[in-house]
Amino acid sequence: MSSLAYGLRARARSSRIPAAWRQPLAIAGTVIAFAWIVIAVFAPLIAPSNPLAQSFPASESPSLHHLFGTDELGRDVLSRVIYGSRVSLPIALALVAIAATIGSIVGAVAGYFRGFVDGILMRSTDLVFAFPPIILAMVVAAVLGRGLFNAALAIVVVAWPSYARIVRGLVLSVGDSEYVQSARLLGASSRRALVRDVLPNVIGPVFVLATLDLANAILLLSGLSFLGLGAQPPQAEWGSMVAEGTQYFQWWWIGTFPGLAIFTVVLAFNFLGDSLRDVFDPRTARRAVESDA
Amino acid sequence: MSVLELRDVVVDYERRGGGHVRAVAGASLDVERGQIVGLVGESGCGKSTLARAAVGLVPATSGSVVFEGEPVTPMTRRARPAALVRLQLVFQNPYSSLNPRRTAGSQIADGIGLRTNAARTARVHELCELVGLPGVAASRYPHEFSGGQRQRIAIARALAADPAVIVLDEPLASLDASAQAQLANLLAALARDLGLGLLLISHDLAIVRHVADRVSVMYLGKMVETGATLPLWARPAHPYTEALIAAVPRPDGGGVLPESLPGEVPDPARPPTGCRFHPRCPYVFDRCLTEEPPLESLPNGRAAACWLAGIQGFRVI
Repeated sequence: MSSLAYGLRARARSSRIPAAWRQPLAIAGTVIAFAWIVIAVFAPLIAPSNPLAQSFPASESPSLHHLFGTDELGRDVLSRVIYGSRVSLPIALALVAIAATIGSIVGAVAGYFRGFVDGILMRSTDLVFAFPPIILAMVVAAVLGRGLFNAALAIVVVAWPSYARIVRGLVLSVGDSEYVQSARLLGASSRRALVRDVLPNVIGPVFVLATLDLANAILLLSGLSFLGLGAQPPQAEWGSMVAEGTQYFQWWWIGTFPGLAIFTVVLAFNFLGDSLRDVFDPRTARRAVESDA
Repeated sequence: MSVLELRDVVVDYERRGGGHVRAVAGASLDVERGQIVGLVGESGCGKSTLARAAVGLVPATSGSVVFEGEPVTPMTRRARPAALVRLQLVFQNPYSSLNPRRTAGSQIADGIGLRTNAARTARVHELCELVGLPGVAASRYPHEFSGGQRQRIAIARALAADPAVIVLDEPLASLDASAQAQLANLLAALARDLGLGLLLISHDLAIVRHVADRVSVMYLGKMVETGATLPLWARPAHPYTEALIAAVPRPDGGGVLPESLPGEVPDPARPPTGCRFHPRCPYVFDRCLTEEPPLESLPNGRAAACWLAGIQGFRVI
């Protein structure tokens, strides 16, 4: 008994999260993502000037006065990059949350009822998967009309099916698992088993997908803005800033710095998602625990 | 009257693209309270399917399963009828039969009917002790236990429902030898002390011989022999039983490979004509090729499905 208790305590000490913290990529991802969130929250305090004010000489190269230079209209690029985070991050978070919710509900319904309902719902996800995401998002955004809100809506339209597929697959496989059968044999109804035994095992993978998708959403949003379907001038949005920069290649700083912002945020969320996947996957989690034993 | 009665149970599985496989082709079995019934047979003979049909996880195509006088109905989306909850199943693999995201205690508590939390917690501790787990086990997650401890949790969970019968589908197969022996003793003690009926499905004949009161031998979806363990062991009435017992390794190294059993279990979708065992039987003769022997009663409550059982000199019991 005492030796067992000791063994249990030893195992409990090496819990899951610290294993992830020991990975350098996870730390890098977390630090960068956290830094961007801080920048977005405190943008007015951090930014040296108004992102919309055309109050400086146009097209100045980076200097101590303007670390990232000024754009063709005399706006401070650093301030615009900082304020740009207030557009991309919250919208990406909101649209991923909405897409994950819609997709998870659709997937859970399909996996729970199976048969005809499953067929209808999964064929509709196939319909979305049949198109490249950026093309479909462009079409939807173009139909809805220009603007950030419509661009976000278009991304939700292309993003939800992957959640539906993952959740459906998990509900099907976990639903047939022996521990769900055991719960059913003990007198749990199908719905009760779904809530108590199936869904907790589904949340982890959905969370991982959502983190990885955050990077995709920021990229898609910037892409749509780059194409002129998302944020409209003079709003400071990274994608549209890159688009402006492409017209003035001799002034490299106009497009490069917002591009770097997109790059770091996307990379950070990809790192985070990858390490979260290791944490939630029981096999890789166990390997991490064993390797430091 | 037996607490669990299976009568001529047939289970068909649909095959993709039409057709079906008859996994269980008319099997009968009785389990009494306080009795351990062993069900043995090769892999693929339908043991596990019969176990699932016995508790209603798989619908029987025909035949009947009766538990405490009530028919066992196949599972639907609704909760199982309260009377049937006293019929429980323990799966083979304790790594897949416990939810990795819930504590052992919470999973055991699923089957406890008590209302108050304090009473439930007390009962969980009681059950943990009954199966030989420390009280602290209740707040641990399945990955913190060894295979043998996990199987104890699974048994405690089945016991939580205050069962009359537990069907155990190869409960020892995925454990190491010492854990197997401990659990086998635990099962025997539970049957004796709690008056439980156990249907112990296994391909490990040594353990079945050790704990079971009665044994049924299954071949290709049908019972070929049933009887009290010791007489059946001493003088098997069916050639298949004889071959199985001969294949058990002995400490003196005298265990022999069942050379009399050439080949594999035939495809259940296309069983042989006549006696199902005839292509592998060392005593086969012309009648076996065309006529299937029924499960005939023999003296001392035994029964065997063989034309030779009880009639020729060398097969007399």
